[in-house]
Amino acid sequence: MAGGHAARIYLLTAVALAAALVISVAVGAVTIPIREVLALLLPGPFRGVLTPNLVIPASIRTIVLEIRLPRTVLVALVGAGLAGSGAAYQGLFRNPLADPYLLGVASGAGLGAVLAMSWEGPGGEPVFARLGASVGLYFVPAVAFAGALVTVFLVYRIARTRQDRSGVPDSHLSYLILAGVAIGAFASAATSFLILRFQGDLQRAIVWMLGGYALGGWEPVWASLPYIVVGLIALSLLGRALNVLQFGEEQALQLGLDVRRARLAIIVIASLTTAAAVSFSGIIGFVGLAVPHLVRLLIGSDYRRLVPMSILSGAILLLLADVLARTLEAPQEIPVGVVTALLGVPFFLYLLRTSTRLSV
Amino acid sequence: MSDLVLDKVTVEYSGPEGRRLALEGVSLTLSQGEVLALLGPNGSGKTTLIRAASGVLPLREGCVRIAGAQKALHDLPPAERARWVAVVPQAAHLPGGFSVLEAVLLGRTPYLGWTGRETEKDLEQVRWAMERTNLLELAGRSLGTLSGGEQQRVLIARALAQGSPILLFDEPTAHLDLRNQIEILLLIAEMAREEGKSVLIALHDLNQAARIADRVALLSHGRMVSLGSPREVLTAEVLTRLYEIPVLVIPHPVRGSPLIVPDGADSDSRMSGDADREGTGARREDPDAQADQTLHPQGRSGHHAPDLG
Repeated sequence: MAGGHAARIYLLTAVALAAALVISVAVGAVTIPIREVLALLLPGPFRGVLTPNLVIPASIRTIVLEIRLPRTVLVALVGAGLAGSGAAYQGLFRNPLADPYLLGVASGAGLGAVLAMSWEGPGGEPVFARLGASVGLYFVPAVAFAGALVTVFLVYRIARTRQDRSGVPDSHLSYLILAGVAIGAFASAATSFLILRFQGDLQRAIVWMLGGYALGGWEPVWASLPYIVVGLIALSLLGRALNVLQFGEEQALQLGLDVRRARLAIIVIASLTTAAAVSFSGIIGFVGLAVPHLVRLLIGSDYRRLVPMSILSGAILLLLADVLARTLEAPQEIPVGVVTALLGVPFFLYLLRTSTRLSV
Repeated sequence: MSDLVLDKVTVEYSGPEGRRLALEGVSLTLSQGEVLALLGPNGSGKTTLIRAASGVLPLREGCVRIAGAQKALHDLPPAERARWVAVVPQAAHLPGGFSVLEAVLLGRTPYLGWTGRETEKDLEQVRWAMERTNLLELAGRSLGTLSGGEQQRVLIARALAQGSPILLFDEPTAHLDLRNQIEILLLIAEMAREEGKSVLIALHDLNQAARIADRVALLSHGRMVSLGSPREVLTAEVLTRLYEIPVLVIPHPVRGSPLIVPDGADSDSRMSGDADREGTGARREDPDAQADQTLHPQGRSGHHAPDLG
């Protein structure tokens, strides 16, 4: 692909992301005019040119800066994190079915979250409710995060322990997928069991699992941002290694790639990124699977472009899905995972039927 | 300087049926500028030897090293190993999404690490590799749209871009038509003669080996049974025993190198005495054997030869 074409697509995507951010901030129970949104979001010099003499009520300022903007940033981060790790996993496993949850991140996080919610103290009262506002806020996401990482670690160890001496390249990857599916199924079953005998607020747990943003404000943003941003930058830099891995373990080794280290790096980074996204947003399906495929249709399979473009596109798509989630049944909010699946799946199936370029 | 030394290389595969030795104590030295062809029936260990020599397949015993180097190839970090040895695998299952240029650029991996960007020097080497393999015009085409011969050339270009003094080929002419077979073979021979590359090449076709190889090694059941010039090694007696099928060896009418003709007649003609005639260049006429075949087709079942494709 010519460099000019790639640059144009990057530019278009960046513009689309900016538009999605503004729309996400503007739309909600109260619709805020775009110029007021811009006035609040743009840095000083631009503000003066675009919106001179605009007086913005304090209530609008609060809605934008303390409620909508943090939510918007978190949604963008989560979408970017899921799509970026999805692209990395698809490249790592050379499998079009791979998504960020393949190694059990989601079911591990789900088990952690439900454990944290259902953990009862001596008085039969949920522990997290007694922890006080500042600690309690992080208790569920923190345990979910731990659950996700413990699961991936277990999956990786089990696959490693299955020593492969047959000399067949890439068999390690099949063991990883099998172990991931098995442990994921176990964790999901344990989660269902816990929910069934759960005395407390059942809906809260289910909403979390469907991808509801339980927490508002800037705290979740600051808690997840470092993992997701650092992880996504690292995954973008690993594009060349992912390219080499497309030729299989043996050729990658013969081309001089330290395959074991590269794979471990990709698994660790993508899992951390996904775990950070999942623990604050719940399980949002389909973004991590579909976005890399859509991007591949546009720009091809070079992972040096595919990963960054998936990151940008994931943010855009989840922002738009979140806008729908907030408005379709307003004032009720639909879990965004329901929106991504209900709208994304038909669109994806349409592409699957019509596109000749859909491949890995 | 850049000789590749295989010292008593032994490889063991373990599968559901238990363990078996795929290679047993194979030793050879590949000298600079030499083309050494690995020959032998299916399952004799040719591909395994290529994989072992590239340093990616663990050895049970023995070692592979660059002459003069202290460490075995298997103990070097992958990037350093890839600067010594480049491998051209069979052109099967290439990821279709890459362009020719992108694929050849991957040959610079040992110099770039995970995150590096290509410098002018890398691009120079890549351009040279694509020029030598006639790929410049196909640079933007995607791998999935190439013919088998073109894909094989991409893999050769990628190996040349690696800039390593030793090249290993795993049946590079498999699945190619006649013209592509010859073009690829001559290109490989050129690499040795003109660029001083050391070439170890697994081949099915004995005549191809006789044409380009300085030396040939015969493998059978993971052991090396013969090593020497094509004229020394490719005799009717040896080949008949190795492939369990009558084989004629006559001098090539133009080049004089051995020309191997699988015969496949019945047991009457499967005598080493026939093979002795190769020196005279006489073609064996045996109408009786022909007649026997048509009269008693079941007589052939004793020496079916699935190995010669």
